[in-house]
Amino acid sequence: MTTAPAPSAKATAPAAGVVRRGRLRWLPLAPATVLLLLFLGGPIGYCCYIAFTNMQLTGTSTTEFTGLANFRRAFGDADFRNAVVLTLVFTVISSLLGQNTLGLALAALMRRASKPVRTLIGAVVVAAWVVPEIVAGFLLYAFFRREGTLNEVLAGLGLPSQNWLYTLPILAVSFANVWRGTAFSMLVYSAALSEIPKEITEAAEVDGAGGLRRLWHVTLPMIRRSIGTNLMLNTLQTLSVFGLIWAMTRGGPGNRSQTLPVFMYDQAFNKSLIGYGTAVALLLLLVGAAFSVVYLRLMREEV
Amino acid sequence: MRPTTAPLILTAAALVATAGLTACGGGSGSDPDTVKVAYNRSTDNKIRFKDNHLAAVKKQFEKANPGKKVELVPIQAQDNDYATKVQQMMRSPKTAPDLVYEDTFRINADIKAGYLRPLDDYLAKWKNWDQFVDTAKTAARAEDGKTYGVPDGTDTRGLWFNKDILAKAGLPADWAPKNWNEILDAARAIKKKVPGVTPLNLYTGKAPGETSVMQSFEMLLYGTGAAGDEPLYNPETKKWVTGGKGFRDSLAFLKTVYDEKLGPDISDALDPNVGTTVFSEWLPEGKLAIALDGSWLGQNWLKTGGKPWPEWSKTLGQAPMPTQAGQAPGKVSMSGGWTWAISAKSKNPDLAWKFIEQFQTRKNAVRWDIVNAQIAVRKDVAKDPEYLSSMPGIRFFTGLVRYTHYRPALPVYPQVSSAIGEAMEAATTGDSSPGGAAKAYDEQLKSVTDGAVGG
Repeated sequence: MTTAPAPSAKATAPAAGVVRRGRLRWLPLAPATVLLLLFLGGPIGYCCYIAFTNMQLTGTSTTEFTGLANFRRAFGDADFRNAVVLTLVFTVISSLLGQNTLGLALAALMRRASKPVRTLIGAVVVAAWVVPEIVAGFLLYAFFRREGTLNEVLAGLGLPSQNWLYTLPILAVSFANVWRGTAFSMLVYSAALSEIPKEITEAAEVDGAGGLRRLWHVTLPMIRRSIGTNLMLNTLQTLSVFGLIWAMTRGGPGNRSQTLPVFMYDQAFNKSLIGYGTAVALLLLLVGAAFSVVYLRLMREEV
Repeated sequence: MRPTTAPLILTAAALVATAGLTACGGGSGSDPDTVKVAYNRSTDNKIRFKDNHLAAVKKQFEKANPGKKVELVPIQAQDNDYATKVQQMMRSPKTAPDLVYEDTFRINADIKAGYLRPLDDYLAKWKNWDQFVDTAKTAARAEDGKTYGVPDGTDTRGLWFNKDILAKAGLPADWAPKNWNEILDAARAIKKKVPGVTPLNLYTGKAPGETSVMQSFEMLLYGTGAAGDEPLYNPETKKWVTGGKGFRDSLAFLKTVYDEKLGPDISDALDPNVGTTVFSEWLPEGKLAIALDGSWLGQNWLKTGGKPWPEWSKTLGQAPMPTQAGQAPGKVSMSGGWTWAISAKSKNPDLAWKFIEQFQTRKNAVRWDIVNAQIAVRKDVAKDPEYLSSMPGIRFFTGLVRYTHYRPALPVYPQVSSAIGEAMEAATTGDSSPGGAAKAYDEQLKSVTDGAVGG
């Protein structure tokens, strides 16, 4: 998760000896690799198989291979398309705009803050991150619900209250995810910012660059790789957020906050269609892969 | 990432994997002297009568069978999640409980999935089985003619109302609506004359699960046709019935209730825990005038219940749910109930059966129906004076048995129910009109039943 790219990879040249040494190097890792294949590769392979069957949790004891039927069904399913759109909205709002930008802003501000302030803010933000997902879900549920804290505050200010989980469910869960995930971005960016050499910023300052220009022309390009890594981790994490949304809205009202993971759970366990739910899970994996490819490309470009 | 981080990550992952593995190892395995009993524990932490009763039976069982142990496996969850959890447990012999508490509406799906074991051999030798009424005996009989579960009670449904609130709105203490409109009229009168009170609670939407489908939608739907109609599934043609006029009318009734704000706030109604809120807050605190709900509500207000409320029997009255226009037979009720079943992967089926027998001794059966506020399914229990005097209203709800309907006992029913829940939610939130929601239901019905659908 750190910023430095791998310069050593390019430096090594002669072929055969290196390959042999590479193999030997893997030897101590072999048990770990085997375990990983067994416990990660195995289930993933099994999932891929299930996605092409009509397996059900209950209602039938036979499981047949149905080819692409589950995938065809998904693309013809208006609820699935709705879930894809909501997932993208959720990811863009909470991960790209929320966690990422807010994390960078917090990290930048904290560099200027005095030590006690820094420690305090750091502790508060990280606390939100350390709280287990389901607990965070209930906290935010208590915050947004009709008798919740947010409405108490609004009422105190003389503003009208409403049930946020009902009127703006997708925004409420997005905000919850921002609240929870910003700490991670902040930590990544704090590390990245502290690695920018002072001389460069000072040189820019001497050249007369203001705060915004320094940010745009010096800071952002310098931490470009951190941004890429952070975006990728954030996005992948956000794409798979389930507990938070489940605890707050269960995907409702209607299906107005039903993102792909919630849709997948609903199909697999409420409607007992394990096969279809797994197919949706694979499609979710594809969405994640698409995001990753984009970020990896962004990171590869040289400035 | 630097190359050096890779081994670290791999080792960490391997450690996590092995930790997970050992954790799995610890919980599984089956001891031939232990019966594992899985049941649903109420999500309200104050309600533990089921746990207490089972613990008492466990004690008797362990005393009567020295060396044998009972391990209670409570699953504290809402009904849908409980079913999912148990189904997953029953998929593997390592996790399968020996005894499972199964809702009759789901048991057929689980039988079809091969999760349960037929009990006919045991039942043939069990003299108490003759005490069960015929409808109860068929409750867990599958399409293959075998019986897979022993029911421990049933329930009926009707209107509960707060006499004090109704009196303020000028309605009599023996209020008994003759059709749907009279319910709406009463609710409107309450809304006008008793501000601050929710006139009528009808469950709706997906979140409460089967609660909203059965307690509210089917109570409406089964009162829309003529007597003897089967509005969901036609057993003669073996086809599911698409959303016709009765279906749309039922959705429209729900929509009217929520549009005119005669019901609770829609966001409260869509809360998954609304069922608990109704009996633990709204009714005892006088915030709700009329509730379409189950016969078991009283259990929560007993001294031993989750929300002791001794005055309830004076404050609350009961009325049967009328048919749509008051057409014959004039009243409607739905019945369900739960059964005890033995998991197919159980390694101790004989011992598990012994536990059922212990649970169903006459004394225990009476006790259970009383603490769980069940309508008796055994003739000897139904005659028991302790049972009959256990709770006000029990005679009323037992009287509804002759008007009651059972849900289609078919494996696909849970999926149909879930489609109905979606139609209800769409219609009440205004996402689509009752007609549109009925149409969407037809589409879903076709896909879950593989086209076994008729008009």
